[in-house]
Amino acid sequence: MAILVIAEHDQASLKAVTRNALAAAAKAGGDIHLLVAGNNAAGAVSQGAACAGVAKVLRADAPYYAAPSAENLAALVVSLAGNYSHIFAPASSFGKNFMPRVAALLDVAQISEIIGVESADTFVRPVYAGNALATVQSADKVKVITVRSTAFAAVGDGGSAPVENVAAVPDVGLSKQVALELTKSERPELGAAKVVVAGGRGLGSTENFKKLLEPLADKLGAALGATRAAVDAGYVSNDCQVGQTGKIVAPQLYIAVGISGAIQHLAGMKDSKVIVAINKNEDEPIFQVADYGLVADLNEAVPELIAKL
Amino acid sequence: MKILVPVKRVVDSNVKVRPKADESGVDLANVKMAMNPFDEIAVEEAVRLKEKGVATEVVVVSCGSAASQETLRTALSVGADRAILVDCGDADLQPLAVAKILKAVCASEQPQLVIAGKQSIDDDANQVGQMLSALQGWALAAFASKVEIAGNSAKVTREIDGGLEVLEVPLPAVITADLRLNEPRYPKLPDVMKAKKKPLDTKTPADLGADITPRLKTLKVAEPPKRQGGGKVADVADLVNKLKNEAKVI
Repeated sequence: MAILVIAEHDQASLKAVTRNALAAAAKAGGDIHLLVAGNNAAGAVSQGAACAGVAKVLRADAPYYAAPSAENLAALVVSLAGNYSHIFAPASSFGKNFMPRVAALLDVAQISEIIGVESADTFVRPVYAGNALATVQSADKVKVITVRSTAFAAVGDGGSAPVENVAAVPDVGLSKQVALELTKSERPELGAAKVVVAGGRGLGSTENFKKLLEPLADKLGAALGATRAAVDAGYVSNDCQVGQTGKIVAPQLYIAVGISGAIQHLAGMKDSKVIVAINKNEDEPIFQVADYGLVADLNEAVPELIAKL
Repeated sequence: MKILVPVKRVVDSNVKVRPKADESGVDLANVKMAMNPFDEIAVEEAVRLKEKGVATEVVVVSCGSAASQETLRTALSVGADRAILVDCGDADLQPLAVAKILKAVCASEQPQLVIAGKQSIDDDANQVGQMLSALQGWALAAFASKVEIAGNSAKVTREIDGGLEVLEVPLPAVITADLRLNEPRYPKLPDVMKAKKKPLDTKTPADLGADITPRLKTLKVAEPPKRQGGGKVADVADLVNKLKNEAKVI
């Protein structure tokens, strides 16, 4: 049987996490169909058709798929589910929102945030903030799965899949989007950035975050990240939070500035290739995961680092 | 308006959990337990809605072993009115099963709003609220950072990748609480005493007619690969040199 992957996109283009979900799906074995539910999403549809390994793109078009509610998207996926052995989506705020509804409506388990595919019915997923890895086997008729993007290398282009229109399901008409405030940033997207510069409570103020971290991020072409404490203190917006319940990142280089290294934060970044920690207290747990720990006052070390780069 | 809040007893968030040597699960012997932090936020939000006069009653429900009574008493001590323990013994309770139990509780309690934590910090599944909304055919507003109730609908600000989204949801609905919805209060000693006298009913999944058969079989629970950290650099110049010439990442 074939595998259905749900695309995350903004009509014009596919979000990078869709490509990671496609990579995970490829490991389960079977023809891969990519569902692009949108409204005039020609850009996303053509990018989806060009992804390596995609056998067919399913296009569902309706005004209420422009910013689909969990209710509408789940109803659409359930209407298609009969043909599939697996349904994959990214474990982003997009996928986490509607996929459990799909699973419940199909009366099957959801397997959340997988980091490995052992076989068509057996998957590995982190539990307890990544302090343990559970290998789980599903006997359900359809496997509903969300994918941790950092665990699967994105598929590239190289496909030329046909596009088939599928019927929209009538508007369920429950929740409605009334406003959307996206953080505007010239910096790379946190989840996909090669370099992440992240700050914690040690920064001490919003001004320091701006004065110290932003120039460092700009110098390195990096995305900005933060701990829960820094977000709660209002230094940066919520979408910068890295950790167990925020974003999970695994860049080539992660620079942790003024971060102590709580379990919940480590859960979001410990798979980074190289970790740098700058903190004045050498007993902080962040140093246990850092490849390069610098015990120093960040107010002096960060400007010096910017100057030397 | 009646609000139902599911709460879960989990390992305290400060405990670093380790898998057992035989990989059959994690070692929970003598580990400190607490209410799931997201559920504390959910309870707080419900209690605040009651204090504002929006809600009339806050009912908390926990699915788990008899020890979950402690968690329910904690919720009662910060302002919930009444508690229901669905005693599942030591069954392997998975999110779909919990959602089915909660559906049965909704059928008898008829809440207008369910506020759940977005995720429990033990199995990190992030499913129950969404699943319950589907089983009920209700609207869902997941990952809420602000909730305003106006008549028969709620305006919910939710934290999404890239920013914030505001949804208008008709009631009844399920809302799941994110970290920044509120800052939960600590129970006061007199309230802890009073909470012992608040009603706590016990039911079983069988009483409720809920099928809690696990769907996933856990084959093993293993230690993640160890990261070799602990390296130090002398100064900023040393750091830049190593990043350039040793790690080759800049």
